[in-house]
Amino acid sequence: MNDNTNSVSPSLLAGDHFDWVRYSRKQRLARSFGYVAAAVLLYWALSTVDIFWPWVRTAPAQLGDMMFRMFPPSLEKLNPILYALVESINIAVLGTIVAVVLALPVAYLGAQTVTPNRVTLWLARVIIVATRSVDTIIWALIFVAILGPGPLAGILAVAFRSIGFLGKLIAEAIEEIDWGPVEAMQAAGASRAHIVTYAIVPQVVPSFWAITILRWDINIRESTVLGLVGAGGIGLIFQGAIDTFKWNTVSLVLIVIVMVVFAGELVTGIVRRKLL
Amino acid sequence: MLKITDLKKSYGKGEPVLKGLNLTTDERRLTAIIGSSGAGKSTLLRCINRLVPANSGKIELDGVNILDLHGQQLQHTRRQIGMIFQAYNLVDRLTVMENVLAGRLGYVGMLRGILRRFPQEDVDRAYALLQRVGLSQYVNKRCDTLSGGERQRVGCARALMQNPRILLADEPTASLDPKTSERIMELIAGITDELDLPVLINLHNVPQATTYADRILGLRHGVMIFDGNPGDLTEDWLEKIYAGYEDDLKKQMRVAPQEQDDE
Ligand SMILES: Nc1ncnc2c1ncn2[C@@H]1O[C@H](COP(=O)(O)OP(=O)(O)O)[C@@H](O)[C@H]1O
Ligand SMILES: [Mg+2]
Repeated sequence: MNDNTNSVSPSLLAGDHFDWVRYSRKQRLARSFGYVAAAVLLYWALSTVDIFWPWVRTAPAQLGDMMFRMFPPSLEKLNPILYALVESINIAVLGTIVAVVLALPVAYLGAQTVTPNRVTLWLARVIIVATRSVDTIIWALIFVAILGPGPLAGILAVAFRSIGFLGKLIAEAIEEIDWGPVEAMQAAGASRAHIVTYAIVPQVVPSFWAITILRWDINIRESTVLGLVGAGGIGLIFQGAIDTFKWNTVSLVLIVIVMVVFAGELVTGIVRRKLL
Repeated sequence: MLKITDLKKSYGKGEPVLKGLNLTTDERRLTAIIGSSGAGKSTLLRCINRLVPANSGKIELDGVNILDLHGQQLQHTRRQIGMIFQAYNLVDRLTVMENVLAGRLGYVGMLRGILRRFPQEDVDRAYALLQRVGLSQYVNKRCDTLSGGERQRVGCARALMQNPRILLADEPTASLDPKTSERIMELIAGITDELDLPVLINLHNVPQATTYADRILGLRHGVMIFDGNPGDLTEDWLEKIYAGYEDDLKKQMRVAPQEQDDE
């Protein structure tokens, strides 16, 4: 800009010759290398997963066929489906409650500003990472192996998966509180338990509910697949229907699941608006 | 009553903020500490109730060295020292009454405190204090609905709820508009006079200090360079206390203009 205003520009319609390159030679080299690496990676990935291409080619036809057989949804299994659905929802609710109870101490120890010492902080962090990195379905497999199939395994799977999520977010909410009231309580000679109940809890309550509702919403969705590994809920019926080629029942299950997830979303939205 | 001997404090590896400070309270009731910002006024008050740890020296309250205390002993000494904060430090989502009663937490047992079951005499006293500071109509109002001046009144009531032996106030009026600030100073001076309660108060406003204080301390770079009656605080002394911070001084010399307040 400055150079142009100094030199006498012939015309704003044409302009002088200006050499413009977006990337330097080194950057271009690096980018080319990046593209090649990505292509190699893609080829390697495809070659290892062993896709049977004829099936991929017939997939659209299969899909059309399946849709055709799914229609119309059959109401024959409506009762057991609704029963299993309630079970799924209850697994989500109870799992979330258990998770909250277990996550609160983890959150307290995992919040840098209130944790008693380094060791407790790291302990909490390990718990948070460990429960988060194992997926719900894996937790379900573990608990089915320990407790046998049934909704209890599902509840614990949902709960253990949620501890890390809840613990981390609640710990962050604790770290963000205004520290002034805590100092005021300390100055008044209050004990730790009193400081927690008077200065920390009231400030964390709004975030706590928002986080818990969010997790409950996620858990509703997660609980619908638990039946696939025998941990209770609507997934069991879903798998049974697929195994016996009852496509009209499969479609009803899918519709019901979508409706429940939608309802969950709705409830979450309403509650969150009430909270804020 | 409060005797500070050779108090030293630095944050981390930084310059010392308090450089061997000595201070003894006497029969004069309201002691104002003035000094430029960064002089160490807040640090001094916060060392007294151990909100920050001092490096060395002694702070004796009725003969007990506060710096030696731990755990429950420390809690018991802290509850004898009331504190009023510049930012009020109330719990916004709790009610006025809950905030005032929180000043009593050092005295009630763990369960009583958690369940908010304070002894009736505490509730009675909290209500009396709220009447005195003019907020008895707001008992069950949440603190985040109050104005700045009202919040500081709650802050005063909470500190007095401790039945303290001494009151510390760290620029209690600095966040308020000039007129509200005067009202709060009147309240603090009036109520502590009724209770005959000694006060250590950091002030950013020199006219307020000379108006309300019985004794003035001038702190400069962590050293107490002035200690006298308000009448002894001459222009010369002010220039010494604020040397290098003349802008600060000019700001702090401002007298409250008559304007609207936020109450
Ligand atoms: N928590 C802290 N950590 C590090 N330095 C601090 C802290 N608090 C205050 N200081 C420093 O100590 C000095 C004195 O601060 P302070 O006591 O707040 O002064 P005043 O209240 O007189 O304005 C300042 O230089 C300030 O930057
Ligand atoms: Mg200060």
